[in-house]
Amino acid sequence: MNPVLSVRRLEKRFGAVVAADALTLDVPAGQKISLIGANGAGKTTFVNMVTGYLKPDSGTILLDGIDIGRRSPRSVARLGISRSFQIPQLFVELTAAENLTVAISGIGTRMSLRAPAEAQGRRDKAVELLERFGLADLADRPISELAGGVRKLIDIAMALVRRPRLLLLDEPTSGVSAEEKFTTMDRVIHAVAPDAATIVFVEHDMEIVSRYADRVVAFYQGRILADGVPAEVLNNQEVRRYVTGGLR
Amino acid sequence: MKKDLHPLAMIAVIAGVTLFGRVLPTWTLSLATIAASNALIALGIVVLARTGNVSFGQGLFFAAGGYGVALIANAWGLTDAVAQVIVGAACGGLLGLVIGPLIARYSGIFFGMLTLALSMVFYGALVKSTALGGSDGFNVGRPSLFGMTFTDPREADFMLYAVSVIVTGLAGIGATFLFRSEFGLASLAVRENNLRVEYLGLSANRIISINFLIAAIFAGASGAFALMAQRHIDPQFAYWTTSGEFVFVAVLAGNQSVAAVFVASMALELVRSFSNLYLPNTWQLVLGVFLLGVILFLPRGIGSLWIRDRRKRRISATAPLTAERGAAP
Repeated sequence: MNPVLSVRRLEKRFGAVVAADALTLDVPAGQKISLIGANGAGKTTFVNMVTGYLKPDSGTILLDGIDIGRRSPRSVARLGISRSFQIPQLFVELTAAENLTVAISGIGTRMSLRAPAEAQGRRDKAVELLERFGLADLADRPISELAGGVRKLIDIAMALVRRPRLLLLDEPTSGVSAEEKFTTMDRVIHAVAPDAATIVFVEHDMEIVSRYADRVVAFYQGRILADGVPAEVLNNQEVRRYVTGGLR
Repeated sequence: MKKDLHPLAMIAVIAGVTLFGRVLPTWTLSLATIAASNALIALGIVVLARTGNVSFGQGLFFAAGGYGVALIANAWGLTDAVAQVIVGAACGGLLGLVIGPLIARYSGIFFGMLTLALSMVFYGALVKSTALGGSDGFNVGRPSLFGMTFTDPREADFMLYAVSVIVTGLAGIGATFLFRSEFGLASLAVRENNLRVEYLGLSANRIISINFLIAAIFAGASGAFALMAQRHIDPQFAYWTTSGEFVFVAVLAGNQSVAAVFVASMALELVRSFSNLYLPNTWQLVLGVFLLGVILFLPRGIGSLWIRDRRKRRISATAPLTAERGAAP
């Protein structure tokens, strides 16, 4: 099967710091892949390059065979890669439904001049997406009044609007309490399921990684240290030494 | 659910205000015409400000509209008020179409300074241009309306008042639709986080450019009104203090309500006129105190007087937040 995303010898440096050192990675359709690594290992740089925010110094990034390495975030999003952020990037003065409406209006080539409340189809779609995350009752709440965990889910809901081929989630459970992290992740997996998107998520919590990932890629100093099924990677000596610190 | 004014009700308000001009004293007609004209250009600034960018150089489009109309009026004898407004809007819009996409990539203070710089370059060119009358400018004839000429000054003033109120009112209705629309929402989204907008597949630059174009069209039309009211044009139209006055109106109004722009413009003209009349030596001081008062007590503009209440009602009508989902940060 052809991979959704294919990365070949990707390099990125910030001065003397090597953030990506000849990264090569294939992401097959339907997989849930977790990227792990200490701070500064290159996970977010990888996500930023794949989504067009950073341009690689060299190497190729292919999405379904199309080179996206030099494209803008907008172009990459239109081709089928969406992302959420470690710190939710929402429009805080707008309501939850309005945030999703802005995202929905990005799908077409034209934006309607009708009010969102009158464009029933779009409003329904926004509420349906919120419903998937159990947040429909908060549709008309301004984001500024919502809790951090709720914002995180809305940020992911916005990424889902385009029904992406590849969904990149940057630490989906960071800032969520230990009691709620599995509930939050269950909601995310449940919400993503109808679109059958391929998911790549950056995560520091190894319990989340071992429970939800089909495959784990461990980063260290811009390189891939290990790549495989969770049990194998998380028991890898080098991963235990440089990434997880021997803790599970 | 938020209840907005129906478009027919808005048209009725415009008709009412227009007819009200029949009973207004003549000096008030001129004042209201200037207020409506200023409101139109300030409305454009508010439209643009919703993307997070403030233009300090709308005088550029104001002057482009005014000079465009004046040149065509003198060259081809175009005196019809409505046609002049259309020509002014087209001149401003054409210039906005060229400049908008070029400066849409800048934001914040760089955007504001660039617009200011462009308007001052235009001002400098106008001052040096002898063909356009240099710093003295030149005069144009009295406007007509659909073939009717107005020799009675009161009738001429009322005609201009009526056209300015109707055009500005229609622009206000258009802006209201724009603010309520998905495009209006996307504009607010650009103001908050333009990178996120790009990640959603939307072009922040295009959204800013379209809003810039609308602001330029309004400024061009406003320039035509100013020309018709003064029957004279000079480079002062493009000077930075002229642009600053329009920004004052926009700041006074805030960016939450279209009606606020008209109220702010009228309030500013009234304060200016009365303070000039009764305190001729210190009228600028009175104007400054008035502006400070509004900024101090209504930091979100005059519009927040009624928009705040509507928002409170809307929130209290919805379900309370569920505490178990965690405390808001």
